[in-house]
Amino acid sequence: MATEGAVHAIEVTVNGESHSLAVPARRLLVHFIRETLGLRGTHIGCDTGNCGACSVICDGQLIKSCMMLAVQADGCQIETIESLGEGADGLDPIQEAFKEHHGLQCGYCTPGIVLNAKTLLAENPHPSEAEIRRALKGNICRCTGYVNIVRSIEAAAAAAEATP
Amino acid sequence: MSTPTAETTYYPEVEQSDRLGVWSGKNVPRKEDKRLLKGQGAFVDDLWMHRQGHVHFVRSPHAHARIVSIDVSRAQAVPGVYTTLTGEEVGELQQPFFQMAPEPAGLMRDYCMAVGKARYMGEPVVAVLAESAELARDAAELVEVVYEPLAAVVDGIATIEPQAPLLHEEIGSNVAWHGVYDYGDVDWALENADHVVRIDRLHFHRFSSTPLETTGALVNWDPGTGVVEFRSNNQMPMFAAMFIGPAIGLGIDHMQFSSQDIGGGFGIKITSYTYLTALALLSRKAGRPVKWSESRWEHLAASAHGNERTFLDIEVPVMSDGTILGFKVRAFDDAGAYLRYEPLGAVIWSQVVPGNYRFKHVRVDYTETLTNKCPVGPNRGYSRLQHLWLIERIVDVVAKELGFDRVALRKLNYVQPEEFPYETPNGCIYDSGDYPAMLDAALELIDYEGARARQLASAGSGKRIGIGIGSTLDSGTNNFGQSRIINAALPFSGNGEAAVVRLDLYGEVTVTIGTSPQGQGHETTAAQVTADILGCSPDQVHVVAGYNKAANTYVGFSGTYASQFAVTGLGAVMGAAERLRGEIVKVGACMLGAEESDIELADGFVRLAANHEAAIPFIGIAATVFANVAELPGELADSVTLNCRYVYRPPFTVPDHETKRGKLTLTYASQVHAAVVELDEETGQVTILDYAAVDECGRKVNPKIVEGQVHGATGHGIGAALYETFEYDADGQLLTSTPRGPCVAALRSRSYTRSALLWLS
Repeated sequence: MATEGAVHAIEVTVNGESHSLAVPARRLLVHFIRETLGLRGTHIGCDTGNCGACSVICDGQLIKSCMMLAVQADGCQIETIESLGEGADGLDPIQEAFKEHHGLQCGYCTPGIVLNAKTLLAENPHPSEAEIRRALKGNICRCTGYVNIVRSIEAAAAAAEATP
Repeated sequence: MSTPTAETTYYPEVEQSDRLGVWSGKNVPRKEDKRLLKGQGAFVDDLWMHRQGHVHFVRSPHAHARIVSIDVSRAQAVPGVYTTLTGEEVGELQQPFFQMAPEPAGLMRDYCMAVGKARYMGEPVVAVLAESAELARDAAELVEVVYEPLAAVVDGIATIEPQAPLLHEEIGSNVAWHGVYDYGDVDWALENADHVVRIDRLHFHRFSSTPLETTGALVNWDPGTGVVEFRSNNQMPMFAAMFIGPAIGLGIDHMQFSSQDIGGGFGIKITSYTYLTALALLSRKAGRPVKWSESRWEHLAASAHGNERTFLDIEVPVMSDGTILGFKVRAFDDAGAYLRYEPLGAVIWSQVVPGNYRFKHVRVDYTETLTNKCPVGPNRGYSRLQHLWLIERIVDVVAKELGFDRVALRKLNYVQPEEFPYETPNGCIYDSGDYPAMLDAALELIDYEGARARQLASAGSGKRIGIGIGSTLDSGTNNFGQSRIINAALPFSGNGEAAVVRLDLYGEVTVTIGTSPQGQGHETTAAQVTADILGCSPDQVHVVAGYNKAANTYVGFSGTYASQFAVTGLGAVMGAAERLRGEIVKVGACMLGAEESDIELADGFVRLAANHEAAIPFIGIAATVFANVAELPGELADSVTLNCRYVYRPPFTVPDHETKRGKLTLTYASQVHAAVVELDEETGQVTILDYAAVDECGRKVNPKIVEGQVHGATGHGIGAALYETFEYDADGQLLTSTPRGPCVAALRSRSYTRSALLWLS
């Protein structure tokens, strides 16, 4: 039987805040984010890297935080959904676009998909519909049929272009 | 598009529809979105309680096995393990769940965990409670269960053979329900038809809508008060309460249910009452709150699946001109190992007996059976989708065999626009629709003639092009009296929903509803209609998020399921808002020294229609009633509370058990979808080249929300048709292990987005 076992000291920056903590070797990054740090905006939809609900940005890359151990995040800069939009009420332009275009229904996949869109637009500010759909392949949504998610990301790209 | 007739009375007793339209009907941004976009939602796995333990279930690896012995001693010895619960204990602590089936299937002894025998792979056998989820899972590996594997049966038809392994000895067979639905005179039709088309077998496969959030709950049996709190994502909590209460000796008054945000449901989260029961027993035993979050594998193997149905010996009488007189079929519905919500599926399909067609003579010999597979539950167009699929297959096969054009054959046999309200052979009333026009619209959107030309041109290219048409109905707002067709002794009929609309001390308008939304935007649409009735803005209306039994806003059928919120949920909100409006007008008239007929509500003020300067803001009304009440005449003060509850009750009567006739649902939305797909002969790869969705749902409270629902449903339909399946091998081992296949379906169907359309009625 496995036990909680050895703990390891890690230093990780999450949403600009540095954390020096000892974590069990087996602890997944997603559980570290949700349980240890209490950031519940990162969701769990599977435990196999399929659904993307747990997506976060790690050193600028979109990753699935259920596929990484917390100890592997030692020295990393993590951004979760809680980093977007100013304060408790502010929405950033991508979130505004999702609201405007009804790009979410139950909202469970939404944090992962918004972070996916943020990463995509940072790399490719003018994605085609096909590029958006390809980028979304790692994120499952069961409510929207993706139609309005694609529209939202297109709108966010257009809005970014219109705002110098 | 024809408008609903008097047969469809959406809001009985509340004739205020003239007030709607300022906010309802508009794309008001969703109130839910800010918190969900910022990750501030409260889903069940986001909740915790002090001293909570975490649950892990040991599950049967066998589809059918006698449980010889269970040894939990090694697990219990692990530091940090609080307690365990075995099926044997459950057999002592729980009465079998109430069964809706008549005897003999009604004799089934169903428990929240396997008692004595496991009947499907993944059935919970032991629960382990520990200080962390990881520790609970580790300790579960130390539980020793000795099984004696038994022969399993996985075929929904072969299971009724005498030699098939018996799942439930107390029933004596694997038949869950059998009945014949016989409308018109199908024997006469078959004798007198010019042609009879026969189809040997059609099979609608096992599927699931797999919401992205799995099932979960945080349950606390409070030893001091005896109240059990269920914080869960169950989507029909009062139905769950009806099963849990008698099973573990709890009054409804000792059960508290709540949920805020639910990450998709699609019906699957209705039958989680078995898990809630196990968690309640575990909490009582441990004397602490217990939390359980289902893993994705557990969800796929052991939550609920969609009904799997096989149709045999289909006979279709057809006249020379193409008129289809009806059909005759033997249907076998495979319910899996236990009846949970079932056998209601054995009647719910009959809300749409003839589909969109004028079939007069229909006989369905319906058998529901038990197999060693995950129990089925209501799911995504529950029980009607299989039947509607059967009907569309019949129409296509008839067209092919007798050489009719598929489009013309549909138009000839559709219920015609001038025939609404249309009474089906079993007494259901289709309220409205224009199916031929919807079909024309769908075909235009996919460029049907162009697609036909491409189809011909593709011959011999290694790629085949297919064009599919689906005409369907979504029956909404159940009459639960249809359960009496299954079992005359059941004490259910009608339907309803409750809402409270309140004016609070500082003039705030607060709405509570009995529904448990999973993304349908109830906060937004409830605010829209309330704002219309009270003459204020939706921004001034606070709709309490989620469901909370303590709000006293529920009836027996409260929940979010089966396409009814716009009727029952908003019907209740409108009724309550109208009552509150009446009270506000009464108080305002008194304070302004005017007649009630002189008063109007606008912009959050009560004012004289003839003099807008004579106005009192809502805060003035509320503050007077709440805190300055001596200013009012006693009789008036005694007659208002500004806290108005209304129960919406659809005008149903009880269907007839013998004839299996009655008004089973209140509303019928219609859909005609058309698809152009390309099949690669070598690889079997299917590519959707074009897709059109034409949907008619009558009045839309928030068109953008409705459109989103259509998109989602279309994605689910494509998934069901092309990608989703739950495959078991002959021993009952589930071979499907990830949800990936179904869920990426819509991503691949690139072009359908451009042609999706809502029919504007």
